[in-house]
Amino acid sequence: MLRIPCPFCGPRDHAEFSYEGDATVAYPPLDASREDWFEAVFLRANPCGAHREMWHHVQGCRAFVVVERDTLTHEIKGARLAHRPTAEAIQ
Amino acid sequence: MQRYNALSVLWGGLTGQRHWKKVWGEAEPKQHYDVVIVGGGGHGLATAYYLAKEHGLRRVAVLEKGWLGGGNAGRNTTIIRSNYMIEGNTEFYEHSLKLWENLSHELNFNVMFSQRSHLTLVFTPSQRDAMARRYNIMRLNGIDGEFWNQDRLRHEVPHLNFDGGRLPILGAYVQPRAGTARHDAVNWGYARAATALGVDILQNCEVTGFIRKAGELVGVETSRGEILADKIGLAVAGHTSVLAHKAGLGKLPLETHKLQAYVSEPVKPLIDQVIVFGGFGHFYISQSDKGGLVYGGDLDTYNSYAQKGNLPVYADVAAAAMQIFPCLGRVKLLRQWAGVMDMSMDGSPFITKTHIPNLYLNAGWCYGGFKATPGSGHTFAHTIANDEPHWANRLLTLERYREGRLIDESGHGPVPKLQ
Repeated sequence: MLRIPCPFCGPRDHAEFSYEGDATVAYPPLDASREDWFEAVFLRANPCGAHREMWHHVQGCRAFVVVERDTLTHEIKGARLAHRPTAEAIQ
Repeated sequence: MQRYNALSVLWGGLTGQRHWKKVWGEAEPKQHYDVVIVGGGGHGLATAYYLAKEHGLRRVAVLEKGWLGGGNAGRNTTIIRSNYMIEGNTEFYEHSLKLWENLSHELNFNVMFSQRSHLTLVFTPSQRDAMARRYNIMRLNGIDGEFWNQDRLRHEVPHLNFDGGRLPILGAYVQPRAGTARHDAVNWGYARAATALGVDILQNCEVTGFIRKAGELVGVETSRGEILADKIGLAVAGHTSVLAHKAGLGKLPLETHKLQAYVSEPVKPLIDQVIVFGGFGHFYISQSDKGGLVYGGDLDTYNSYAQKGNLPVYADVAAAAMQIFPCLGRVKLLRQWAGVMDMSMDGSPFITKTHIPNLYLNAGWCYGGFKATPGSGHTFAHTIANDEPHWANRLLTLERYREGRLIDESGHGPVPKLQ
């Protein structure tokens, strides 16, 4: 079991969250080129080691949380809210 | 190669079993090979075997960072089937199943391929209709498939929980030619047959980098020194992205996830088929020849290179098991393990050339690599030797993502954890 430090709820079991994948992927504007969309939708760095990823606290506060986690050791280095203004406001 | 036959077994039995020889030899790395295959799992060994057997290449090496079959080839639930619906998958998996049907003879090694049939249970009329469509498409493609109604299913699998679960079991869609095989025997059989044809198998030989000369890829750096090669094939499953970055392939349509599997204590013969429960849960089970119940369920659903699973998934799998087989409630779990899967963006694999001229890629196997072993090796060898795909893997390309021609069997979209 991973224990994710949710900024609102504190440390919670990962079973309360839904995994949403690589958080470094930024979707391009709607009128961006086909190639940009192909990269954003399909291509992933998939590192063995440090990974920034999105978790949705779907059975908790429902916030989207960006977690820094190691994909080999599962060590979690930190977590923040994905929504920047809210993340700054609660700090 | 010492050939096995009934007479040699009889002779060995009478002479104290002293006739057994080492099945494959230890090789020292040579300076240069025609083809180097990275990854000594089933797919890599099969590729090397078919390169030597069908394409006459004699200077072939398989590089394995650990020991043969120590990765996913030794971590799966050994299910073999070809009940696929989408063009690209249908012909590939049926090609593979046909190779399975003759594999023990081909390799002169008993891979214990048992065509015990594969049952997909259906619980609702809509599920039954969707499966009817799939199995009818299979039949049009020449793949065997049939429907067992509840009466037939009660006769064949009497201890299923027909009416006591959340939904009644209405019947099952069945592929009679599907089944299981002994996974270690597949690796050993391919390794033995490949070495007999002159293939070098290099264990404890981890690829740490790639050698380039004038921009061309000319070999690999390994923990056992530099090895030059005219062509390099990658068959490293969950670690594909790691090597792809080193080789200069860049990002791929892959995420690495872990999948657990479980074996119970041995029990008397209970389950004669491979039985799959999908829809409002996910569970698949068969019984090994030793009597252990081999079963599994969903991924752990987050990126991971750790070959260890976690408990919440096991709780889900156990709950699913109790839904359909309440009689398993008192059976003890003997072993549990996890393997790292190369989950692709559409749930289907790629066996393909890459934009680097002499680098070939075999990856994206998701849950389904074991059943693909002979087909994957056969078509990957063809692709490497001829520099163009075999008919059966012509659609399993990387370009399909860019072109929007996905082979999305489950219809989940580009979400690896759901494939």
